[in-house]
Amino acid sequence: MADLGFVIAMSVVTLFWGIVGGVVPWFIPKGPNRGVVVTMLVLTAVCCYLFWLIAILAQLNPLFGPSLTNETIWYLQYHWQ
Amino acid sequence: MSSLLRGEEMCLAQLFLQSGSSYDCISELGELGLVEFRDLNPSVNAFQRKHVNEIKKCEEMERILGYLLREVKRADISLPEGDVNPVAPLPKHVMAIMEQLQRLEVELGEVTRNKEKLQRNLLELTEYTHMLRISRNFVQKSSEREPLQVQYEEFPFLEKDTMMDYSSMQRLGARLGFISGLVKRTKIGAFERMLWRVCKGYTILSYAEVDEYLDDPDTREPTKSVVFLISYWGDQIGQKVKKICDCYHCHVYPYPSSNEERNDVVEGLRTRIQDLHTVLHRTEDYLKQVLMKASESVYTWVLQVKKMKAIYYILNLCSFDVTNKCLIAEVWCPVDDIPTLRRALEEGSRKSGATVPSFVNRIPTNDTPPTLIKTNKLTSGFQNIVDAYGVGSYREVNPAPFTIITFPFLFAVMFGDLGHGVIMALFALWMVLYENNRKLKNTRNEIWNTFFEGRYIILLMGLFSIYTGLIYNDCFSKSLNIFGSGWNVSAMFRAEVWKNGDISGNRLLTLDPNVTGVFNGPYPLGIDPIWNLATNRLTFLNSYKMKMSVILGVIHMSFGVILSTYNHLHFRKKHNLYLVFLPELLFLLCLFGYLVFMIIYKWLVFTAKDSRHAPSILIHFINMFLMQGDAVQPLYPGQTGLQVFLVVIAVLSVPVLLLGKPVYLYWLRHGNHRPGLYRGYERVRRNSEEELYLMRAQDMEEGSSHSDLSTSGERQTEEFDFADELLHQAIHTIEYCLGCVSNTASYLRLWALSLAHAQLSEVLWAMVMRVALRMDTRLGVLFLVPVFGLFAVLTVTILLVMEGLSAFLHALRLHWVEFQNKFYSGTGVKFCPFAFSLLPSSFEQHGLL
Repeated sequence: MADLGFVIAMSVVTLFWGIVGGVVPWFIPKGPNRGVVVTMLVLTAVCCYLFWLIAILAQLNPLFGPSLTNETIWYLQYHWQ
Repeated sequence: MSSLLRGEEMCLAQLFLQSGSSYDCISELGELGLVEFRDLNPSVNAFQRKHVNEIKKCEEMERILGYLLREVKRADISLPEGDVNPVAPLPKHVMAIMEQLQRLEVELGEVTRNKEKLQRNLLELTEYTHMLRISRNFVQKSSEREPLQVQYEEFPFLEKDTMMDYSSMQRLGARLGFISGLVKRTKIGAFERMLWRVCKGYTILSYAEVDEYLDDPDTREPTKSVVFLISYWGDQIGQKVKKICDCYHCHVYPYPSSNEERNDVVEGLRTRIQDLHTVLHRTEDYLKQVLMKASESVYTWVLQVKKMKAIYYILNLCSFDVTNKCLIAEVWCPVDDIPTLRRALEEGSRKSGATVPSFVNRIPTNDTPPTLIKTNKLTSGFQNIVDAYGVGSYREVNPAPFTIITFPFLFAVMFGDLGHGVIMALFALWMVLYENNRKLKNTRNEIWNTFFEGRYIILLMGLFSIYTGLIYNDCFSKSLNIFGSGWNVSAMFRAEVWKNGDISGNRLLTLDPNVTGVFNGPYPLGIDPIWNLATNRLTFLNSYKMKMSVILGVIHMSFGVILSTYNHLHFRKKHNLYLVFLPELLFLLCLFGYLVFMIIYKWLVFTAKDSRHAPSILIHFINMFLMQGDAVQPLYPGQTGLQVFLVVIAVLSVPVLLLGKPVYLYWLRHGNHRPGLYRGYERVRRNSEEELYLMRAQDMEEGSSHSDLSTSGERQTEEFDFADELLHQAIHTIEYCLGCVSNTASYLRLWALSLAHAQLSEVLWAMVMRVALRMDTRLGVLFLVPVFGLFAVLTVTILLVMEGLSAFLHALRLHWVEFQNKFYSGTGVKFCPFAFSLLPSSFEQHGLL
């Protein structure tokens, strides 16, 4: 869990959606649509971040691994790493 | 933003319109589209209203305009496509327009009638010519036999029949008559039989078919006709034959008695036909000219008449005041727009040159105003789908600004495919970029209009689908490997778990995350691409997606409950916050929030090492309710105690929700009656002074206090309120508590639909594209082209259209039912302003404009 790749991914994505949802709303010019735009930005940030977070947390500690056919195993052994 | 969140504040206003300037003022208001008029004469019949004559005149003009438009359309003249917006004409100009229209109608009618007559004439003459040409060959005189003749095989006896000679006929002393003409081919058989039966052989019928299709003069349809020639002896037979011809709708033409006469007639006919052609051409040209001139101004007239009719309709809704000099109208108007309203009235008064200006006066009212929510082109689509469920009550929280994002998001969770999302987004982008194209805007195709109105919705749905497709790692059922998979196959070999012979020996092998080096951390963006290659892919994905659905569902519903605080605070019912909102939130979070906590706890804490005894969340959840904490191993120390505590809180919040609000309201009314005597005071006031005096005197004599009498009556009304309130709250409690369970389960459709979409996508790939990709190189290239075409068509129809509509519907249901029943009542009335641009045009509906 203290894996470096995980930490980097976590911070980058959190930072990105944090900026979209927390920082960009302050820069929206005042006008009749300001409220709608701010609501849209915050909701987008929350929804997308939550969705990504669920995906990565579900894979953090897998309880079982993928079952592969022998052809796939042969291919992966020589071509992926 | 407050407008979109809550709706505008509305007020009831009275307009005092000068009689002379009322027409102009209402015309101004119609152009602006600010206010909604109320009917001040609801009991008056439509035919008894004041301006019924003017409306009749408008309808007469509309009738003539409809006739003109039909004629213009029939002549294929295109109307000018300008964006004209003429103002409603003043009553004094109306007569001029009416005269013009009537004149046009008369002229057009005459010209059309003449044209019809000429055409009919022409057709008859054409028929006559054909008849003469063909019947020439029926009667052959031996002296005049011409060298080249068409012989009719079926009538060989005619050639030899010299009795047809006139001279011989006269010798016989019988008068030979001829009737010739044309009859429809379909009727010739019956015609012949009838003749035979009636005339018993005293007639001879000879006929031949006309080769080309002639236009029937009566019906203008091309028909096949047969030229016939009947020769008969005797007058009586002649009468019978004539009657039979009439009966069969034959066109009878005079038969020339000699060849010279026939030739003269043919010559004469030819010249007449030529003349008719010329005259017809000129008539048609003239008609077209008239119609072209009319078409220039007909569009303007249509708009003007429509506006005028609308203004008179509104004038009928107003009532006169006491002095009969001034018109009163009651309107609903947004509070912020009252200055604009004032300015419009001043403008109208100025235009009509009135000395006394019309003015507006705001009046207080207890009626609930209609709901107005101002939207722009992006938000109007989402507001429409919220309004389709129910228009919001006056000034309650509007779910639309949140729906702008949550609806496409939930759609995308169910649709989640990168490739399909790209196609959908591109389609919507095309519609958005060309939204000002007139042809796209004004088609009459209903289905296209629906898609076009929702172009921003589809665009957002497509963009979110791209994101969720990226996270699900699903692009046309294939995964993308951008960052490198977290699962390493070689590690299994290095750790000696698999030997080289294992591959050939076993068909399926499973990676074990317990072995070092096999699992190197989660994939940073979404689902690891190795799962696409695995056979037990669905086992993993199902667990992931079900938990994701529950988490998203509980968060969505909590958001809905929290939104209800806005309503409680705005309507100043703070007691609702403690007695309704708090128990609801506690119930939801203690039970289902805890479930979400357990899901996330299991994800974080249980690794592959504990996979043998990883707990089932569902079993724990069920045990929580049954208070059987010892049946399974606890997830964390203190779990039993915490669960009992949470269940107790949840169970306690139910009676608070059920009884809190009614009891509080009862106490509010009942407990405070002593200081104010509010109800009692009102009741006393209704009685007359005398009665009051008598009652007081009686009271003092009898020693009973007056307050008892008032409270007994009051208590009766209070009981009524209490029971009603209690029932209402009981229904709400049951609905909420049962709803929490069923709605949480309902969110599992997010899992179900995304599974269906992924499977359909995979089937399409495996059964269509892969078949072509596996073929031999040369043939395969040729074969791939039609197969790709089939793949594309099936993708668009099944996966995009069908699945798209399905996911749209389910996302809509989730919003309407699961989200909105936590805070939205939706029992309002929509504000329909009086605006000329919003009025429907009956011509457009009939496709004439």
